[in-house]
Order: sequence, then structure tokens, then C-alpha cells
Amino acid sequence: MNAPVKSFDAVSVAVLPPVARLNLRIAPANLAVASAAFGLTLPTKIGQGVAKKGHAAWCLGPDEWLLHAPEADQAAIVADFTAARVKAPHSLTVISDREFTIAITGPRAQEFLSVACPLDLSRMAPGTAKRTLFDTAQVVLIRDADDAFRIEVWRSFFPHVSDLLDIALREFACGL
Amino acid sequence: MLLIHCPYCDDTLPELEFAYAGEAHIARPADPSKLSDEEWRDFLFIRSNPRGLHAERWRHINGCGRFFNALRDTVSDRFLTTYPAGHPRPDVTKLEAAE
Ligand SMILES: [Zn+2]
Repeated sequence: MNAPVKSFDAVSVAVLPPVARLNLRIAPANLAVASAAFGLTLPTKIGQGVAKKGHAAWCLGPDEWLLHAPEADQAAIVADFTAARVKAPHSLTVISDREFTIAITGPRAQEFLSVACPLDLSRMAPGTAKRTLFDTAQVVLIRDADDAFRIEVWRSFFPHVSDLLDIALREFACGL
Repeated sequence: MLLIHCPYCDDTLPELEFAYAGEAHIARPADPSKLSDEEWRDFLFIRSNPRGLHAERWRHINGCGRFFNALRDTVSDRFLTTYPAGHPRPDVTKLEAAE
């Protein structure tokens, strides 16, 4: 699903095309096995992210990672992890269809997100991600750059989050 | 809004991301069938409910997902410290001396 891009000078909101999303749980001691399977050295500090050749990973908890890859790679990634299971027990859950990703970009993106995000976003470094709340919906917030964020939101919460963003966008556009 | 330090994320974050989960350091009896009804009732329901320092469980549910423990003053709502689940209750006199 590609919703129309909505934007004005300072902020743009767009639903991004589908991507392969996977949730990985593995003991930190076995992380090297997962890194080899995914072809990317997974970060060990909560919040940290890494990206290489279309693959990206963020550490969300002491033993939890969010993985992104092109949709076409999903089956191969699942197969690689299945093969790695003999070396290290883990859980890899495909969550591609569970969520939508909304991109929020523009010079006032950080200020814009503060309409419903309780975090002090000035302390959030580019390249990091964390699970948090957007209003009452649990989301994963990714910061790609000073002026570029992504929100990963569950489908069932999407209408609520999307409506809030619409309202905020109209308020920003008319200078409130 | 309260700000709570998650010992796993090592970050101080808004209370909204956390859920309260009752008194800490209550160990489940190893052999419940050996307990009297009164002892079992006490384990299930009787809590210390202090006025002042309270060791309690919190969960960073809208974050890393982990349970951890906190020492909070129930009068002032001030958090003295938070620490990972499984660690012993910190010595309060040392904490206060450090301030
Ligand atoms: Zn945490």
C-alpha cells in the first residue's frame, strides 16, 4: 500500500513501500552466529543500528534485534537462520506484514514528532532506533538523520497514528 | 511526568514507557504444598506497603521489554536507584552518602 505523500515545506509524511522485517531473539553470547547468518555485524548496545547493502539491524533490547532487508531477500534470510539454528538456538519471526513504516522527513521533523512522542528527541542520535510510544500506540522509532525519522507501527494502530500525523501536519502547515 | 532510568537501556526515559509490577524481592516458595493456608495467603497478598522507601518491580514494556527493580520513595515519588532483576536490594545508606 502506498498512501499519497503529504507534505509542506517543513515536514513530509509518507508511507514507505513494503520491506522484509524480522524480529530476532538470541542470547548475546551467540550473536556472532546471527551476524554471520544475516551478513552484518549486529550491534550490541540497545538503540544502536548498523546498515550494509540494503540490510539493516537495530538492537531493541538485551537479546532482541529488528532486522530489515529487501522483500526479495526474505526467504533466503529465513533459510540462512534456519541453517544456523544447529549452532545457536534463537527465534526469528517474520513481521513484514505486521507493520507499516511511515517516513517523517524535513527540517521540522523532530519538532513535528513531539506532538505524540514523549521522548527527548534532541538526545536521539542519527542511526539509532528504539521501541517507544506514539500517543498510545507502541511503535519502533528509527532516526536516520537529523531531519529524517521512520515510525514502524502495527497495522491495527496505523489508522490512529496516521490520523494524528494528518492533524499535526495541518496544524503545522497553518502555522499553529 | 516521572523520568525512570532503565538499567538495561542505560537511559532515563519517560514514565509512559514503563509499567509498575508490584513489590520486589518476593520469592515464590519452593514447595507451596508444604505451606499453611495462612502462609500461602501471606505470599500471595500481603505486602509491606511502606510509607517511604519501597523496593519495587517495573517493566520497560514500551522499550526493551525487561523487568527491573527500583528503590522509590512512596512519599516523594523520588527514585533513588534502579537495578537489574536478580540483583540484591542496594544498600540505601551508601546511596544516600554518595549524594
Ligand atoms: Zn529498557
